[in-house]
Amino acid sequence: MTPFPFAAIVGQDEMKTAMVLTAIDPKIGGVLVFGDRGTGKSTAVRALAALLPPIEAVAGCPCNSARPEDCPDWADITDKTLVTRPTPVVDLPLGVTEDRVTGALDIERALTRGEKAFEAGLLARANRGYLYIDEVNLLEDHIVDLLLDVAQSGENVVEREGLSIRHPARFVLVGSGNPEEGELRPQLLDRFGLSVEVTSPDDIDTRVEVIRRRDAYESDHAAFMTEWGPQDAALRDRILTARAALAQVRTSNVALHDCASVCLALGSDGLRGELTLLRTARALAAYEGATELTRDHIRAAAPMALRHRLRRDPLDEAGSSARVARQLAEVLP
Amino acid sequence: MTPFDESAASPGRPPPPGADPWAQTGLALTLLAIDPRGLRGLWLRARTGPVRDRVMAALAPLAPRKLHPGISDEALTGGLDLSATLATGAMQRHAGLLDHAGPLCLSMAERCPPGLAVRLGQALDTRDGLSLIALDEAAEEGEGLPQALSDRLGLFLALDGFSWSETSDITLPRAAIATAQARLGQVACGAELARLTRVAAELGIASLRAPLVALACARAHAAWRGVDTVEEPDLQIAVALTLAHRATRLPEEAPPSEEAPPEPPPDQNESDADSDQTPPDIPDEMLVDAARAALPPGLLAQLQAARMARAAQGQSGAGARRKSLRRGRPMPSRAGKPGAGARVDVIATLRQAAPWQRVRRQMMPGRAEGRLLLMPADIRIRRYQDQTDRVLIFVVDASGSAALARLAEAKGAVELMLAEAYSKRDHVALITFRGSQADLSLPPTRSLVQAKRRLAGLPGGGATPLASALQVALAAAEQARGHGMAPTLALLTDGRGNIALDGQADRAQAGEEAAQLARAIAQRAIPTLVVDTSLRPKPALRTLSDQMGATMIALPRADARTLSQTLGAALGG
Repeated sequence: MTPFPFAAIVGQDEMKTAMVLTAIDPKIGGVLVFGDRGTGKSTAVRALAALLPPIEAVAGCPCNSARPEDCPDWADITDKTLVTRPTPVVDLPLGVTEDRVTGALDIERALTRGEKAFEAGLLARANRGYLYIDEVNLLEDHIVDLLLDVAQSGENVVEREGLSIRHPARFVLVGSGNPEEGELRPQLLDRFGLSVEVTSPDDIDTRVEVIRRRDAYESDHAAFMTEWGPQDAALRDRILTARAALAQVRTSNVALHDCASVCLALGSDGLRGELTLLRTARALAAYEGATELTRDHIRAAAPMALRHRLRRDPLDEAGSSARVARQLAEVLP
Repeated sequence: MTPFDESAASPGRPPPPGADPWAQTGLALTLLAIDPRGLRGLWLRARTGPVRDRVMAALAPLAPRKLHPGISDEALTGGLDLSATLATGAMQRHAGLLDHAGPLCLSMAERCPPGLAVRLGQALDTRDGLSLIALDEAAEEGEGLPQALSDRLGLFLALDGFSWSETSDITLPRAAIATAQARLGQVACGAELARLTRVAAELGIASLRAPLVALACARAHAAWRGVDTVEEPDLQIAVALTLAHRATRLPEEAPPSEEAPPEPPPDQNESDADSDQTPPDIPDEMLVDAARAALPPGLLAQLQAARMARAAQGQSGAGARRKSLRRGRPMPSRAGKPGAGARVDVIATLRQAAPWQRVRRQMMPGRAEGRLLLMPADIRIRRYQDQTDRVLIFVVDASGSAALARLAEAKGAVELMLAEAYSKRDHVALITFRGSQADLSLPPTRSLVQAKRRLAGLPGGGATPLASALQVALAAAEQARGHGMAPTLALLTDGRGNIALDGQADRAQAGEEAAQLARAIAQRAIPTLVVDTSLRPKPALRTLSDQMGATMIALPRADARTLSQTLGAALGG
């Protein structure tokens, strides 16, 4: 069954905007969605896949290389024609083994043919696409370490079982989880470009509308897709237009200065905060069809780009969204 | 007599809700059989016993596939069939449990690790036709089905209230079910959809999956009655079977915060508060009554407590499962059978097989040239050494004598250790004691924010139920061990216990009981640290500490950081 259409998701505007912005500029670096159960987190992520523009890739390449000469030499590729395929969205399940993530010796070939070959893992499949981790805060520590390492270098290096393999692994991380069930390590938190908090809608009409659409989707799937499919397509076109417009968005020194002062006032670690804020605001400007980056864009982008980057006292209770809002009001009046 | 014989249960006459609980059980199973896809499954809370066997016997025609919490990924999603591959010399795969349509049955669901729960949840979301019957045998409060599952499974049945004589055999009427299934697609649901959504909100259910499964349940019931529109009786059944157990409050009652643990999770709090501010139309009296009828007295509070406890169990994170065959530091491989989580060490296996190739080729002349000849005995599996997660159980004396002395300093010390626990990825639990007994204020969690909040809100004053504190601490430590964690106790007290386990102020009996429990702790070799928080240390606490086999330190008169270091050193880092 085709996933629930993105355009049909009721409310949750910040989450939807954040996902659209990462689709416009993958360099923003992914979204972390934290919130209660049954608020449509996983629905949104699965719906996102249908919105993403397709990519061109070498047909037989395990890591979706864009050009035949980019294909890793270990891959032993027979079919080097270029094909258009959907942007990969790869699920990384909890309890996954290291072998599955990084790839490992191909046991089947080793046992049946006595050959030493590499079987690509999830990281290879996610190259140039999205890597989705549901319940990311419950992920085993050693897998988190591994992801951090690869996300940092954009390359997966496997040195084990007599293999020495490397291949590009550039992916956008999308995670979702429920903070009541455990904390997320700050290092991993930092890897997500944007973070949003979702709560279940508290007015009855919205809730009824959610149920109504979901019910329509499940009971009359074809009709529902006919109704919403065009809206998803329109959104996809808008994303493509925004992508093309991205380079044309003028960024004044004042805007740069604004980004820096917000981050400075919030005391976010390193320069990743500024860069992400700038990219997010610019993607937002492009999405809205603006030609110049304004203070409004920065103001709108700041909460999702910065709320998870505040220097964190693990025992601090003040909501980070509130802190960002307070500083924004002061720095960007 | 059973109401679910083909003869007795004509689709036009459903049993009235709440009239006969056992009939409702039968109805729930029938509805599950009618629409497993929409209802997603059943959460069956029951100990093993003849009553549960009756329910399982009724479900047997659905042919559920069994799985258990320790199931491996390979069994779940399929994988390489090694023996067949070796025997035939060509790659053979075997299908996983999730590859088949039809219901799954998860036994001992209360022990289901979060990784499995999430994967099952995802499968329920994405694989059409899959449903799950979760057998929750939770004996203690605080255990229970992981939320990833309890949120998704539509129906809930609790069988522990039934005695054998109240029950009868259930036979699912197959023909009537088939008729209802055929009708299911036509059942319309207009304004009733909004009513179900509203009732769910009234009952304080935040998740939006709840109204969806309630809707599926109402539809299935309408189809079962043989009508084409969802009506009042369908809604009542839906509320009773799918919504009642999720309720966090009943509209007319006082908000649950009074009876519930002192500080419910903030999110829940907020959503409750929000929906209170914007009360929708008058609550659906009938439906709320149906919810109330479905709840035996006390169940709401009990479920609430279990939900809170589960929410606090952030424990699942790293390495909650102790499979030394899978992760950790590598150890030398050894001969063994693959499967059940063991991974083949290919290099070692090939190395083992290499010297025999010539001999085997002579023995097995038929096999193709150039192929490696492996025997099952060649297979080497990997082993890993794994570290157990530590859970630090703080037992904090908040009695009058301690409060007067140095409760604030003790709190400071605990907070510093919490910060340290955070950096080491330890779990923490908090037991506080004052007045008549000790409470587990916070079950093991990694959510330090919660620990901090509980601690900050801890009032001082009252008598010192030290024996009760040790009892609760011992139970918590045992439970943590049961979950594969290594418990460490940190007891912060002035040692002046004066309340016995039965709540009477009897210093002598209290002392005797405390000593007994201390010996029990020593016997189970639970590492313990005793911090004397009194102004003038007395020998009694020293004696108790020795009985526990604990390390004892006096709360040093110094700044909090020195204190934390002292504690850290005493606990062995």
